[in-house]
Amino acid sequence: MSNEPRQSIYDSTGPVTDTRDARMGEGVDDRFNSKLREAFGSQPFILTKFDQFMNWVRGSSMFMLQFGIACCSIEMIHTYAIKHDLDRFGAGVPRASPRQADVIIVPGTIVSKFGPRMKRVYDQMPEPKFVIGMGSCTISGGPFQEGYNVVKGAEEIIPVDIHVPGCPPRPEALVYGVAKLQERVANGETAPVVVKPYELEQFGDLPRDELVQKLADQIDEDDLVMRYNWADSP
Amino acid sequence: MSTDLTTTADQIDEDGLEALIGDRALTRDDHKNAPGFVIRPDEVQSVLFDLRDQAGFDHLSCVTAQQYDDRYESIYHLKTYDDPTREVSVVVPTPVDEPVSQTAEPVFRSADWAERENFDLVGIQYEDHPDMRRILLPETWQGHPLGLDYDQDKPQVVKFAQHANPLEADQHDTESDTMFLNIGPHHPATHGVLHVKAVLDGETVVDVEPDIGYLHRCEEQMCEQGTYRHQIMPYPDRWDYVSAGILNEWAYARAAEDLADLEVPEYAQVIRTMSAELCRIAAHMLALGTFALDVYGDFTAIFQYAFRDREVVQDILEDLTGQRLMFNYFRLGGVVWDLPEPREEFFEKTRDFLDELPAKVAEYDDLLTGNEIFQLRCVGTGILEPEVAKQYGCTGPTARGSGIDVDLRRDDPYGYYEHLEWDVITEDGCDNYSRVLVRMQEVEQSAKIIEQCIDLLEEWPEDEREIQSNVPRTLKPPADTETYKAVEAAKGELGIYIRADGTDKPGRFKIRSPCFHNLSALPEMVEGEYIPDLIASLGSLDIVLGEVDR
Repeated sequence: MSNEPRQSIYDSTGPVTDTRDARMGEGVDDRFNSKLREAFGSQPFILTKFDQFMNWVRGSSMFMLQFGIACCSIEMIHTYAIKHDLDRFGAGVPRASPRQADVIIVPGTIVSKFGPRMKRVYDQMPEPKFVIGMGSCTISGGPFQEGYNVVKGAEEIIPVDIHVPGCPPRPEALVYGVAKLQERVANGETAPVVVKPYELEQFGDLPRDELVQKLADQIDEDDLVMRYNWADSP
Repeated sequence: MSTDLTTTADQIDEDGLEALIGDRALTRDDHKNAPGFVIRPDEVQSVLFDLRDQAGFDHLSCVTAQQYDDRYESIYHLKTYDDPTREVSVVVPTPVDEPVSQTAEPVFRSADWAERENFDLVGIQYEDHPDMRRILLPETWQGHPLGLDYDQDKPQVVKFAQHANPLEADQHDTESDTMFLNIGPHHPATHGVLHVKAVLDGETVVDVEPDIGYLHRCEEQMCEQGTYRHQIMPYPDRWDYVSAGILNEWAYARAAEDLADLEVPEYAQVIRTMSAELCRIAAHMLALGTFALDVYGDFTAIFQYAFRDREVVQDILEDLTGQRLMFNYFRLGGVVWDLPEPREEFFEKTRDFLDELPAKVAEYDDLLTGNEIFQLRCVGTGILEPEVAKQYGCTGPTARGSGIDVDLRRDDPYGYYEHLEWDVITEDGCDNYSRVLVRMQEVEQSAKIIEQCIDLLEEWPEDEREIQSNVPRTLKPPADTETYKAVEAAKGELGIYIRADGTDKPGRFKIRSPCFHNLSALPEMVEGEYIPDLIASLGSLDIVLGEVDR
């Protein structure tokens, strides 16, 4: 017998992989925008656990944006206020400024005039940020879906993590939605960023092949267009 | 309007009106609610001036616009503040190829916003209007969506340059030392998505312009696509959505019942009256709570108390209707179902609420209206003189806070109100404080009405509990019947104009929103005052953007 370890042990990467997987736990994916995870991978024990700790903290102490649009905002206020008291779930203090908020609840119908404003509010929130769509209007336009001026769902403009259906949802339903979001955040999940029809068609973002270059040269910045094309929306 | 003019005006009947308008009336176009006179588009002002000054019609209630195949039409629905049952309609047809009509703005300031809305949605141009711009849709919108030739599927393509951001440019005017300030559309004190463009000189408001349309959900289009019998009723709940749904449903029910000559059983009228007043309490509680929040940041006491009381009301309404907020409880010719079983439990629950209410109102008085800070902020600020309020078509608690004794529940009776004991509340202060006082006292009056209704319902014989009259399954009012009917909603006169076109859907459905007209008086209330008073005035108007924008 030599003092060398057995072939099956030092030739295999199995034990290392198994340990690493065990440390990572379940539900973690790389969509969480963690620069640390990107830099270090998942090897260092402390960082993995620190990330999980941060997720738990994020989920347990949410700063909501004080954001009222339409009917649902009345039920949203009831959710914050006495009796339902969202604060019991660590998500009760609405912030008036988007720069201090983690979560935006979109409570109501979005119309073409308000869409760009809502995107602007969303853009001002610091990362990581989460969106709860409250009510049928934020899912599809709800009862106003056929209106000439109505955006058919909040997802046309910003990515939505949790949809709470109802017209309007009861406060209990919104509490459930918030609790579900907390669960997801604690597991390190976020919604993938969707392509937004509101985004300007900026030629600068396309790969610079010859054709694009030629087209881009022809375009005057003043002629960039923004489309409200709700007819093609689902 | 001087009093002697009004007394002579009372004697003017339909023949008198005919004589007053004389040759200017091309023909008659009577509506179900009022005599209608058709006039030429260049004589709008002269006719309206005569009707206002010589016949006493001091309230331009609503301006409806619509397009027929062969013409556009503007209808001015006139009323008097003293007696809202005295009505007259002035119909102004304009040709399709050149829809230009004289503006009524010099006669009634309330025509300013109303005509802008008509231009925006239907496409009628008003000559000499001081500010003929779009009001609800974005400035860049192409087409007029309620016109007959509008194609909704055509995409709206807007140049980037037209989307200039008002915040980017330097808004500080070095010449005059004023500053431009955007308040909203996302702002905690605007009660939704209102955008107020304010020009400040130091802390003084020099100029203010409410910019609305951030919640324009095409309610009129939705109602025109629905059938009378069932498909329209859910939408009124969503106009004034602060639990005032049943009051709005009543507006539609009243207009449609007038249009189709439907009777409502007495028992259903009592239930309607009771549930509507419960809604009024809930709506006024919200106004109170958010006003305290606006004026001195009271998130912990008044605001939470108001929501505690609203929860109780919403529980009662949920027992009755099955919904917390969007009740959908009325049907044409009655209500959808009877009181919940066991009835005793429902009566007991409601009585408990009514018994506790006086103590709660006394608590609000202690905390809010007796509060020195609150009084400093509200007494003598946001002055709205009665004459100005009438010019802008203000109604509801806003008008009653300026000493105008108007309440459609008493003056144009409907439901069961005329058989009950209650008072119309007015305050003469014309300021923010008066408007709050009016709302608080109205809560007590509503409680009084509910109590009487409960007494009636308790003793109602079991075999006479008829909740709906016999209404045809498909309702098709005769073509070209037109009516304009209003009820006293939580914010004021909520009117509906319906024109039937012979099908089971309305040809034109126009909503006269009280908040829309109340809000248009904002510049009169705040110009020259401090900017914190602007916030207080906005709160005391108690606007709901769902109803302003529709």
